[in-house]
Amino acid sequence: MFDFGLWREIFQSINKNRTRSLLSGFTVAFAILLFVFLFGMGNGLNNTFTEGFVDDANNSIFIRSSKTTKAYKGLQAGRRIQFKNKDFVFLKNKFKDKIEYITARITKNVAVSYYNQQGNYTYRAVHPDHQFIEKTLINKGRYINKSDVKNKTKVAVIGRLVADDLFLDNNIIGNYININGIPYKVVGVFFDAGGDNEERVIYTPISTAQMIYGNNTKIDQINLTYSKKLKANQAIAFGTKIEKALKKRFKIAPTDRRGIYVRNFAKGLRRINLMNTVINFVILFIGFGTLMAGIVGVSNIMIFTVKERTKEIGVRKALGAPPSFIVKMILLESVLVTTIAGYVGLVLGSGILKLIGKSLEKYFIKNPSVSFNVIIFATFVLIVAGAIAGYFPAKKASKIKPIVALRDE
Amino acid sequence: MLQIKDLHKSYAIGDSSLHVLKGVNLAVNTGEMVAIMGSSGSGKSTLLNIIGMLDEADSGSYVLDGLAIENLTEKKAAVYRNKFLGFIFQSFNLINYKNAIENVALPLYYQGVKRKERLELAKFHLKKVGLEKWSEHLPKELSGGQKQRVAIARALAANPKLLLADEPTGALDTKTSHEIMDFIQHLNDEGKTILMVTHEEDIASMCKRIIRLRDGVIIEDKEVKQVRASQYV
Repeated sequence: MFDFGLWREIFQSINKNRTRSLLSGFTVAFAILLFVFLFGMGNGLNNTFTEGFVDDANNSIFIRSSKTTKAYKGLQAGRRIQFKNKDFVFLKNKFKDKIEYITARITKNVAVSYYNQQGNYTYRAVHPDHQFIEKTLINKGRYINKSDVKNKTKVAVIGRLVADDLFLDNNIIGNYININGIPYKVVGVFFDAGGDNEERVIYTPISTAQMIYGNNTKIDQINLTYSKKLKANQAIAFGTKIEKALKKRFKIAPTDRRGIYVRNFAKGLRRINLMNTVINFVILFIGFGTLMAGIVGVSNIMIFTVKERTKEIGVRKALGAPPSFIVKMILLESVLVTTIAGYVGLVLGSGILKLIGKSLEKYFIKNPSVSFNVIIFATFVLIVAGAIAGYFPAKKASKIKPIVALRDE
Repeated sequence: MLQIKDLHKSYAIGDSSLHVLKGVNLAVNTGEMVAIMGSSGSGKSTLLNIIGMLDEADSGSYVLDGLAIENLTEKKAAVYRNKFLGFIFQSFNLINYKNAIENVALPLYYQGVKRKERLELAKFHLKKVGLEKWSEHLPKELSGGQKQRVAIARALAANPKLLLADEPTGALDTKTSHEIMDFIQHLNDEGKTILMVTHEEDIASMCKRIIRLRDGVIIEDKEVKQVRASQYV
C-alpha cells in the first residue's frame, strides 16, 4: 500500500537537511549527467559511422566484373569477364535461401530531354528488387515492376532532381521523356537519402535496356542483399562463397584478385559495430564508475545521517515504530535522493546534448541523443543504486536500540 | 496492573558480569503513582527499562495488565510499547523538525490511525496540557516546561495504561518542575497509573508510594502522604 505518512516523514527529513541532501545528490546527478553526455556523444559517433550506409541497405553485396590478371586452366590473363542474364539466374537459384533481394544492373550516362528542357543523367536498368537494395523511396507513381521486365516496356522512374530539372509543373506521371532519342513513359518519381547524385538517376527495366542497347543479355553488375537471418560472420562467409562460385564458373584463378569483385557491406559493418561496441563499453565503464562513486557518496552521507539521528530513531522506536518502518524510512530516503538527483542529471545531460548537438557535426558527431529505452534503464539503475546506497545505513538504523532515547548526551 | 517477580538482570563488562538487578519483586495497582528512587548504580534505570520493554530481564516474570511480557521480538516490543506505555523523558526527546502537534501525533501514526483523526486527537491532548495555541511551533520555539508538556501530551496520545517517566523534572527549574508535577498529579487523579524514576526527594514526596533501590534490591517500599504540587505553584 502507498503510505502517505511514510513519505511525509521522508520529505520532512530531506527538507530538514536540505544542504546535506543536495550535496549527496550532487555526486549522483553529476554521474548521470556525465553518463548521459558521454552516451549521447557515443551515439553521435555511431550515427556518423552508420550514415555512410544510409544510401544502400546495410546488408548489401555488390558484385562487379573486370579483367583477369592471371592465366588459369589454359586461359590467358587479361580476359574480360562479362556477366549475362544466365549468371544472374545462376546466383539467384544457387543461393536462394540466403538472398533477400537480387537485381542485375546496367549503368549508362544518357542525355534526356522533355520539350525544351534537357540534361545528362545516370541511367540504371534494373530488376524490381533494386528498389529495396538501393533504399529508393517512391514519391509519386510506382517503381519498375515484374511485368515491365517481362514485357520490355519503355518506362522510366525518375529521380526528384531529374523531375525538378525537366518538368516545370507537377504534371509528371504519364508524360514521355526522351532518353538518347527514345521516348520513355514516366511512371514514377523517387527520393533517395544517398544525396543529390542518387536523385539524378533514371531507372528503367533491365530487359528494355538490353533490347535497346545491343539486343543482348549482358549485365554490368549484380547487387543483392543477404537474408537478415545471417549473422555477421555468416554474411561475410556468404560473400566469400559467392566469389568462389563465380570464379569457378568463369574459370578464374582462385588467387586472382581481379576478375570478380565482391563488395560485402557486412565486412565494413562488422568493423564499425566492433568500434561502436568498444566505445559503448568505455562509456558504460566510465558512467558506471562515476555512478559507483555517487552511490558511495550517498551511502556515506546516509550513514552520517543515521548516526546523527540515532537519538531520534531511538525515540521513534520507544514510541512504537517497528524496525521495518525505520528501514523503509532510511532506504526510501536514499532511493528518493538518488532518483531525483539522477533525474536532474538526466535532464541536464539531455539538455546539454540538445543545445550543443548541432554544432558538433563537424567533429563527426551527428545527432547525439539518448533513447527512451536508455532513460527507462537509467531509472531502474537509479532506484537500484539508491537501494544499494541506503542498505547499510538502513541496517545500521534498524539496529539502534530504543534504549538510547533514555540516555542523555 | 503490573506484577514483577524475582527479576534478575546482569550486564557483561569485559570478561566479568555486573549483576544489576538481584531479584526484584514489585506489584503496582491501577491508579497508583509510584516513585522509584536510588543512587546511581542502584538499578533503578535498568528496572524502568525493563518495565518499559526497552530491555529484557535475564530471569523472572513480568506481567503487565494480565499479559506476560516475555520472548519479545523487536517488532512485538514496539507494538506493546505503543499500545500500553507512554514515555516521558528527562530531555523531552521531541523530534526537532516536527512541530508540537506532529510530535504528539507520532505514536498514533505508528498505531495506524488516519492522519485527520490523529491530528484531531493530538489537538485534544495539546489542549489538555494547555498548549493548543502552540501546536504549530517547533520544539526550539518552546520553553523547557512547554516542551515537557508537549512530551506529556505525546505520552498520553495513544491512551496508554501506564505512564513511565524518567526523571521528568531533571532538566527543569524548581518552579517549572512543580508545574509539571502538578500536571502529572492531575493525570493521576484522573486514574492514570504513573511510574517515575527520580532522585529528588521533594519530587518523590509528590507521589503516593516510594520504592527505594540499593545494589539491585528493593530496600524500602512505603506508601506516603502525597504532597500536592499545587501549593507551590
